[in-house]
Amino acid sequence: MSDPDLAVRAEGLRKRYGDKLALAGLDLTVPAGTVHGLLGPNGAGKTTAVRILGTLLRFDAGRAEVAGFDVARQADQVRLRIGLVGQHAAVDEILSGRQNLAMFGRLYHLPSAVADRRADELLARFGLADTGGKPVGQYSGGMRRRLDLAAGLILAPPVLFLDEPTTGLDPRSRNEVWTAVRALVSAGTTVLLTTQYLEEADQLADQISVIDDGRIVAEGTPDGLKSLLGRDRIDVVLHRADDLPAAAALLGRVTGGPAELDQDNRRVSAPVRDRMAALTEVVRGLDDRGITAEDIALRRPTLDEVFLHLTGTGAGTGTGTDPGAGTDPGVGAGVPTPDPNEREVAL
Amino acid sequence: MTVAIPSPPRTALHRLRWAVVDGWTITRRDLIHWARQPVQVVVGLLFPIMVVLMFGYLFGGGMSVPGGGNYREFLMPGMFAMTVLFGIEGTYTAIATDVSRGVTDRFRSMPMAGSAVVVGRSTADMLNAVLGLVVMVACGLLVGWRWHGTVGAALAGFGLLLLLRFALLWLGIYLGLLLRNPEAVVAMQILVWPVLFLSNALVSPETMPGWLGMVAEGNPLSATVSATRELFGNPGWEGDSWLRQHALAMALGWPVLLIGIFLPLSVRRYRRLDR
Repeated sequence: MSDPDLAVRAEGLRKRYGDKLALAGLDLTVPAGTVHGLLGPNGAGKTTAVRILGTLLRFDAGRAEVAGFDVARQADQVRLRIGLVGQHAAVDEILSGRQNLAMFGRLYHLPSAVADRRADELLARFGLADTGGKPVGQYSGGMRRRLDLAAGLILAPPVLFLDEPTTGLDPRSRNEVWTAVRALVSAGTTVLLTTQYLEEADQLADQISVIDDGRIVAEGTPDGLKSLLGRDRIDVVLHRADDLPAAAALLGRVTGGPAELDQDNRRVSAPVRDRMAALTEVVRGLDDRGITAEDIALRRPTLDEVFLHLTGTGAGTGTGTDPGAGTDPGVGAGVPTPDPNEREVAL
Repeated sequence: MTVAIPSPPRTALHRLRWAVVDGWTITRRDLIHWARQPVQVVVGLLFPIMVVLMFGYLFGGGMSVPGGGNYREFLMPGMFAMTVLFGIEGTYTAIATDVSRGVTDRFRSMPMAGSAVVVGRSTADMLNAVLGLVVMVACGLLVGWRWHGTVGAALAGFGLLLLLRFALLWLGIYLGLLLRNPEAVVAMQILVWPVLFLSNALVSPETMPGWLGMVAEGNPLSATVSATRELFGNPGWEGDSWLRQHALAMALGWPVLLIGIFLPLSVRRYRRLDR
């Protein structure tokens, strides 16, 4: 029943910890050679899903295949074909980077000479050749994470699981990891990536599944999801509350849509189409009218807004979710139709 | 740069070979730890010597040996057992660190023998215990300790010490898997002292208040110390209590009981990491 073109196929995965349902019937397919982002907040079930697919965790119901092998019944075969990079850099702190990779190579049953050679290759590939002899305890966070990635790639596995690969990293280290992941992908590795960051999924993934409460609530390309989630907004915070009506009129004229007023925070905001043009016009308009702004920002919908929107509780909560976004004609384009029941059930 | 994917073992023999090879890879990892942290290793080996010197020369003058005899001859078997007892800290730290850092999960996601982590750990720790005992024997010989029985009896004595170390190894593995917090080793570094003091390692339980003496005699450490004193022909093993009369049996029984409890518990705990 296995489809060689699918790197990951999960159907109806359920997992319960005590009385908490971590996965409530998760379906996921990842075509070989693509990068799939699993995007969701803490506790959504991302890590549970990856641990199940990586043979670390038993599941209660459903089926899962990775690289064409059954996760539950052919764990050994699966383990030969996956790399799993978790949230912590799972490497030995006392050993050097090279010794770590050589040890993991031996544990993959490569002959010693091959394991050593492979360690050197991977160190060079991840920019660790110079520091390969130092104990990992002296590595920076980004170096550790890259070593961790390298350790997951010893067998050049066709499928790589990355569980929040950049959580807790500074921007520079995060970029290093992203660069490494892109290099892998260009070499043909299938990547399933979990992340809490919209931006990370946007940067790396071909396809994104949004996960909440243990099930997929939306799926699509980054662009498709963005249009589903609503457009960027421009926010203007004024110095004086008296200027609110004038500023709202300006924003309405510039963006061609109604602006929202937030009296308490002296804020007006409106969805924009052309980001930079809108920003320029608003700044100029405020200046012409002699209105002093304390802050002007263009912002993308936040993950909170994404979830409020996707789970259907966004309207009427006054959080600024664009009520029109769901009916945006662009929505259907890149987004495969989710289970028709999904929205109602997800609440 | 392509790497051929090895095939999983099909035969029992192939499986066994993987288990041995993987176990040795993990052992090697610990040996590299020693090589990379020579200071820690040396400090670990010197610390028991300091205790020997402290008790042998500072407090020893005030100690009375049951039935007379040299205190340092009385002391050394207790010090051997102490070295063995301290070993549990290393086992615990290694296991808890791997679990908390995700290294254990990495191992579990790899096509390696499931037994390797434990086999490798035990081999490395037992090698460490042998090294520790060799250093302590050298120290003992320097401070005037001798064994007076046959070589066979002396070897049996060291065998009992290593058996206790093996039992404590499983306790350490179990606690490491249970607590998963390498920092908790601090509690263990404190708790080993009452276990040591509440035994016959340093003083004879006869000198303690009645109930404390009974606790000290019942301590598994005391059984091993009594039996090794007997096997080495060192003073201090006389006595008429039942436990004292059966020191050898107790020195076998206690570790076997501990292994019987903590080995299955550890295996169960390890297997249940996937729940």
